[in-house]
Amino acid sequence: MIPGAFAYHRPTSVKDAVGLLAKLGDEGRALAGGHSLIPMMKLRLATPANLVDLAGIAELKGARADGNDIVIGAMMTQHELIGSDLLTSKIPILRETSLQIADPQVRYLGTLGGNVANGDPGNDMPAVMMCLGATYHVMGAKGERRIAAREFYQGAYFTALETGDVLTAIRIPVPPAGHGYAYEKLKRKIGDYATAAAAVILTMTGGKVGTCSIGLTNVAETPLWAQDAAKILVGSALDAATVKKAVAAAEAITAPAADARGPAQYRTKMAGVMLARALARAKARARG
Amino acid sequence: MAKSQVSMKVNGKTIEALVEPRTLLIHFLRDQQNITGPHIGCETSHCGACTVDLDGKSVKSCTVFAVQANGADIRTIEGVANADGTLHALQEGFREMHGLQCGFCTPGMITRAYRLLQENKNPSEEEIRFGISGNLCRCTGYQNIVKAIQFAAAKLNGVQFQEAAE
Ligand SMILES: Cc1cc2nc3c(=O)[nH]c(=O)nc-3n(C[C@H](O)[C@H](O)[C@H](O)COP(=O)(O)OP(=O)(O)OC[C@H]3O[C@@H](n4cnc5c(N)ncnc54)[C@H](O)[C@@H]3O)c2cc1C
Ligand code: FES
Ligand code: FES
Repeated sequence: MIPGAFAYHRPTSVKDAVGLLAKLGDEGRALAGGHSLIPMMKLRLATPANLVDLAGIAELKGARADGNDIVIGAMMTQHELIGSDLLTSKIPILRETSLQIADPQVRYLGTLGGNVANGDPGNDMPAVMMCLGATYHVMGAKGERRIAAREFYQGAYFTALETGDVLTAIRIPVPPAGHGYAYEKLKRKIGDYATAAAAVILTMTGGKVGTCSIGLTNVAETPLWAQDAAKILVGSALDAATVKKAVAAAEAITAPAADARGPAQYRTKMAGVMLARALARAKARARG
Repeated sequence: MAKSQVSMKVNGKTIEALVEPRTLLIHFLRDQQNITGPHIGCETSHCGACTVDLDGKSVKSCTVFAVQANGADIRTIEGVANADGTLHALQEGFREMHGLQCGFCTPGMITRAYRLLQENKNPSEEEIRFGISGNLCRCTGYQNIVKAIQFAAAKLNGVQFQEAAE
């Protein structure tokens, strides 16, 4: 399992990385934690002639509050996310999700930026980012663009990133204090990608759902933002009949592939089950 | 492809070498440096047999290029024993509690547990199982590995290891 040959570059600024990638064009590829890319290179599913390692770029690290948003550097690892007090107190679904990704060794190196830029429908963070209404900061040869997570994913391994782009940060509006949240993931074993998973962020007022957002993982070519399902729930007390309707609406937008995790129909049903569980847990956690 | 110069500390010793960028750290350690403690179980990032400690992180050295480790401080199973040559508490634990059968997973298990105990001095059984979930063992059923780590944690904390009743 030896990857194809490549030249290795280690720039120390975003500017240099973008410049390099622009020059290399299709011959260049960004390397973050390497835990999606290196396995693909071993299988020769990816054979970049040049790797531009982002690990030496200090400005891509760490997380900070910016007004009502939190801005997370693309190179923050899943391990660092789990350990961050700022993120855990403001956006606890990030820690809950990170703990369900892969295993400790993968989480020490795998980055949030790599997870959301990869475009693999099996990645867990993209649906969470759609659920949270995150925005990606992208630097390209022509300057910075900001792209909503909800508009970023176009197909399996197809995203709004263009050749030479570096995703520099993830901007997340902090959900209201007292919000309920949950990431429910069905997997065959630790370290497995989701058979199906659901992310929920909601607020409750006087026992009724005030706002609700739902993301679904690995049940289509892209992560899904289940807008209709969420709309059905707003104003309800999450009673069984309404939840059933919302689950049906969420199931209706799935289009999973049959794979070793099960037939398509099963995975659709499991997306519904994960959603129902996530809603119940988010409700129990919400104040108000 | 042009080779790159790398320099890293492995088990306290500085190593300078030329590597092809595509050389995986596990191959660099085993084939170029003759450090054969870290094993290759799967080579597909799943089994953890190749785990080494890199700048305070447990990593699967089959999923890191040697060039990425340039400047790093690495510890492998060869560097786990105490400075005076006596066994580290983890090694003693694996021996005392029968934490291995064929031994193939053991270097990765111990190296991973080494970092786990740095981060959590007194892990619960559940935390140990979650903490070693990136390391597969095909022999033991994990029961005795968990006990071995509990033994080591107790020893490092200076308390007597109490085996839980079964
Ligand atoms: C055994 C195993 C189990 C796993 N299980 C899960 C799981 O359950 N859930 C899950 O979500 N993931 C899982 N993963 C994947 C893991 O989380 C990866 O770390 C993650 O998908 C990619 O992050 P990375 O930093 O490693 O990126 P890399 O592998 O370095 O990069 C991935 C892709 O994104 C591009 N890229 C990376 N960063 C940027 C950037 N800043 N700008 C532009 N492009 C960029 C790269 O060019 C590459 O195409 C698993 C991996 C392994 C090995
Ligand atoms: S050999 Fe590296 S994880 Fe199995
Ligand atoms: S002791 Fe044989 S694989 Fe663990």
